Amino acid sequence: MKKTLKRSNAPIFWALFGAGGMLSALLGPILVFITGLAVPLGMLLPADTMSYANMLTFAQNIIGKGFIFAIISLFLWHAAHRIFHSLHDVGIHAGIVAKLIFYGGAMVGTLITAYTLLAIGF
Amino acid sequence: MSENQRIIEIEVLRYNPETDKEPSRQVFEVPFTDDMSVLQGVQYIKDYLDGSLSFRWSCRMAICGSCGMMINGEPSLSCETFLRDYYPARVRVEALAHFPIEKDLVINMEGFIEKLESIQPYIIPKEERTLAQGEYLQTPAQLASYEQFSSCINCMLCYAACPQFGLNAEFIGPAAMALLHRYNIDSRDAGKAERMELVNSEEGVFNCTAVGYCSEVCPKHVDPANAVNQNKTNSAADYFLRFLTPKGGAK
Ligand code: SF4
Ligand code: FES
Repeated sequence: MKKTLKRSNAPIFWALFGAGGMLSALLGPILVFITGLAVPLGMLLPADTMSYANMLTFAQNIIGKGFIFAIISLFLWHAAHRIFHSLHDVGIHAGIVAKLIFYGGAMVGTLITAYTLLAIGF
Repeated sequence: MSENQRIIEIEVLRYNPETDKEPSRQVFEVPFTDDMSVLQGVQYIKDYLDGSLSFRWSCRMAICGSCGMMINGEPSLSCETFLRDYYPARVRVEALAHFPIEKDLVINMEGFIEKLESIQPYIIPKEERTLAQGEYLQTPAQLASYEQFSSCINCMLCYAACPQFGLNAEFIGPAAMALLHRYNIDSRDAGKAERMELVNSEEGVFNCTAVGYCSEVCPKHVDPANAVNQNKTNSAADYFLRFLTPKGGAK
């Protein structure tokens, strides 16, 4: 092999993208249904399902924290990767700048989520 | 014969790098019968209308892989694509997309050949067997696991179909990756670690965005997209597990 090959760092972003894709495909629609239709329109679920008190308890529970963190963070990584590659597909090769904006955005989102979830306590 | 002989218009992308600034289109009126392929159409042009037209072909039976062209914008083997399916409309024939044109419908396949070489397309045994030890045996099940990936005829239709290869010609691409995978999963081979270096590299599998058009146009049902995507998983595993195992796939 003539060329020296440089290992790609893509697996990190690909793994986050894949995990986010799996999660959004499995849970995205039902979350939209619950938060966007069922609760606001009073269908199937009791009206106070998403009341502040309920949601706070949920977010203070360790499993609830994990769930919220995974949903927000992985969805962000998934979206960042998808948009970044779609830009490339339509001929916008913004390179390192776009990478910083999208993956950086997902990273900031992840950190804010983690901070907020820790800040509201257990 | 004359009563079922009709005339179809074939529009051909012409380019002679020695005299032309850029490719141009030329339309020919070609008499054809129901059993005539697009390849036979361009052969008619060369024989009777314009002897300077250049194109590649050999077997006329979808085996040699040399007659690939863009036919109405789709990467196709011109010997198994029929004029009757386009008539009465005009059929448009161009050199395979994403490759430099050598002349008219002939593309420069040097880059592709280099890629084929780079994947080490031969069995790298763990231990050489002497003649006295006999052949490397394999069960039918072991054969079945890679057989599909060994049917590639190097027609390059998948490269013409791949938007990512179009954007980055360094990308190792579908057919080479399918062949690489074919050797990596062959029970007689032990060269996987060497080949993973290429899979893991910046020219490797992660250029693919899972478009899947390569597998759609493949005339031999190799399903190169499948090979590429299986190797994303392999490469990711290699990336994360190399810290745990004494020797990973690459630097
Ligand atoms: S994988 Fe299929 S389309 Fe690609 S070169 Fe081989 S036979 Fe042709
Ligand atoms: S001429 Fe051989 S594949 Fe078409």
